Amino acid sequence: MALLEVKGLEVKFPMRHGELTALRDVSFSLDKGERLGIVGESGAGKSVAAFAILNLIGRPGYISNGEIIFEGSDLAKMNARQIRSIRGNRINMIFQDPMMTLNPVLTIGTQMIECLQTHMNLNREQARERSIEKLRQVQIPSPEDRIDQYPHELSGGMRQRVVIAIALLTDPSVIIADEPTTALDVTIQAEIMELLLSLCEDNDVALMLITHDLGVVSQVTQRTIVMYAGRVVEEGPTRRIVENARHPYTHGLIDALPERTAPGMRLNQIPGVMPSLAAIPTGCSFNPRCEHVMDVCRSEQPGYVTDGEFRVACHWVAGREQQK
Amino acid sequence: MIAFLVRRFGQALVVMFVISLISFSIQDNLGDPLREMVGQSVSEAERQALRDEMGLNDPFLVQYWRFLKKAVRGDLGDSYFFKKPALDVILEKFPATMELVIGATLIILFLSIPIGVYCAINPRSWFTKLMMGMSIVGISIPVFLTAIMLIYLFSIGLGWLPSFGRGETTMIGFWETGFLTRDGLLHLILPSIALSSIMLPLFIRLIRSEMMEVLEQDYIRFAWAKGLSRTRIWFLHALKNTLLPVITVGGVQIGTMIAYTILTETVFQWPGMGFLFLEAVNRVDTPLIIAYLIVVGVIFVITNTLVDLIYGLVNPTVRLAGGQA
Repeated sequence: MALLEVKGLEVKFPMRHGELTALRDVSFSLDKGERLGIVGESGAGKSVAAFAILNLIGRPGYISNGEIIFEGSDLAKMNARQIRSIRGNRINMIFQDPMMTLNPVLTIGTQMIECLQTHMNLNREQARERSIEKLRQVQIPSPEDRIDQYPHELSGGMRQRVVIAIALLTDPSVIIADEPTTALDVTIQAEIMELLLSLCEDNDVALMLITHDLGVVSQVTQRTIVMYAGRVVEEGPTRRIVENARHPYTHGLIDALPERTAPGMRLNQIPGVMPSLAAIPTGCSFNPRCEHVMDVCRSEQPGYVTDGEFRVACHWVAGREQQK
Repeated sequence: MIAFLVRRFGQALVVMFVISLISFSIQDNLGDPLREMVGQSVSEAERQALRDEMGLNDPFLVQYWRFLKKAVRGDLGDSYFFKKPALDVILEKFPATMELVIGATLIILFLSIPIGVYCAINPRSWFTKLMMGMSIVGISIPVFLTAIMLIYLFSIGLGWLPSFGRGETTMIGFWETGFLTRDGLLHLILPSIALSSIMLPLFIRLIRSEMMEVLEQDYIRFAWAKGLSRTRIWFLHALKNTLLPVITVGGVQIGTMIAYTILTETVFQWPGMGFLFLEAVNRVDTPLIIAYLIVVGVIFVITNTLVDLIYGLVNPTVRLAGGQA
């Protein structure tokens, strides 16, 4: 049985003129110790999906439909107290920008110890010991001194290490990392990603990696979900998605990777932009940007074509499958 | 720290110099001190002789130089009316004003933080809407009008609270306090409310808007994601960040509040520095006016220095000059 299973998740934001649907019918699952990538452009709903799992969507957004089954219980139906015992304890998050994630007026130690004291029955001394231990694991030099410092005294890379240490504090079973290296210096991105992966592996933590960079996903994850305008458009083993993508949007993402372009040439790009939630086209939401667009794409939302672990939502792909 | 205080002291001297220069140069426009000092029977020739004797006919710079020479020794001249050193007259009234400011500050402190935080957390509740509406009204009504309305309601209408004076006071050394007697405290209530009536709504709105901004920050979302309790997130993670700008603005406002004491003390016949100042203006008691302005200037500098020190303690990213880096 899957560790975390999201079924038919739908998230809505009530606005002055009706409701906006940020996620529609999002389903995926995550096994113990697995590494899952969620890819898509900005606005695809990747982060909303991540926050929805822990019921952390900013007001007025809410989960209007679907189930989030984690270790046998539905997170979407939990009350505030119950979900708090999951947040930061069983499922932890890593945010994009370490400059903004740590509270500027509290010491590193305070921000670590409070987690332990909230979720584990430790006294201050034990919590401090454990925090220092975790800081050492993320390779922060002289953690005994660092723990009493404030975030502004650390570099961006160091801060993201601290955030990773916080995420690992309570021995969670899932870590959701939302663009964990995007805000960092290019030179240390690989280093931090490496660290995150090896720590997840050592501690048998399942990792949900959210990113717009298909290149990263292809290197580190086992399975990949491609999202577009709040919907999952393609899902499958990462290797298969990268080598044999079916959905035209995934194709576009892969072609846009810099390594797909010869040096000195213009980078490929997908024409057009992601539609805003208020103006999602009828039919397939990707149809205005799609090179294979057909009449049916403009009127009908495509269903999933499944093939074992693999599924894709595209009329064009479905048509070609039938011809075979 | 020491270097910071020394530099502050230097700045204070410059500020004091400027204040004295300005207040000294406007004194000729306030009226004729002789008119108030001598009776109608005194002839113009005698008045002229008196002016010469007091040095009022000397050129401005000569008078100012004479004033400065005495001022650096702590002598701000004698009050024409009280026939005593002006500084002594002012400082006698200082405790009364200070206690009024303390009363108002306590009201602001204990009401603005809980109300401001509540309004930020529950932006849609009816209480928030009521507070936001009332705060606009509070800011818009001048202090003296609030004061008169308070007297009308609580002293005349309901008869609960006294309408003027300090009531029974006790002397502790040189400090005449109204804090120790029930009568003194009762007398303090209405003037304190009146004095806080402008600042309180201002602070509620300031704390609310700062807090709402802080609540949108990533580190607050991260705190939620860590599964912390609501009270810890609101009152530690968010409030501490909220108070930083509030301390800065608040420090300046405490100084401004001293200016409002002039109005409050006048309406409530509160025997403090502000009331004294207004009397001094009426009597063209120039040494007293200058002394008042300088004392208020000193208070401004001291409060601002304290605020900077407190800010440095609360905000870890600020290190005062000369402190450890």
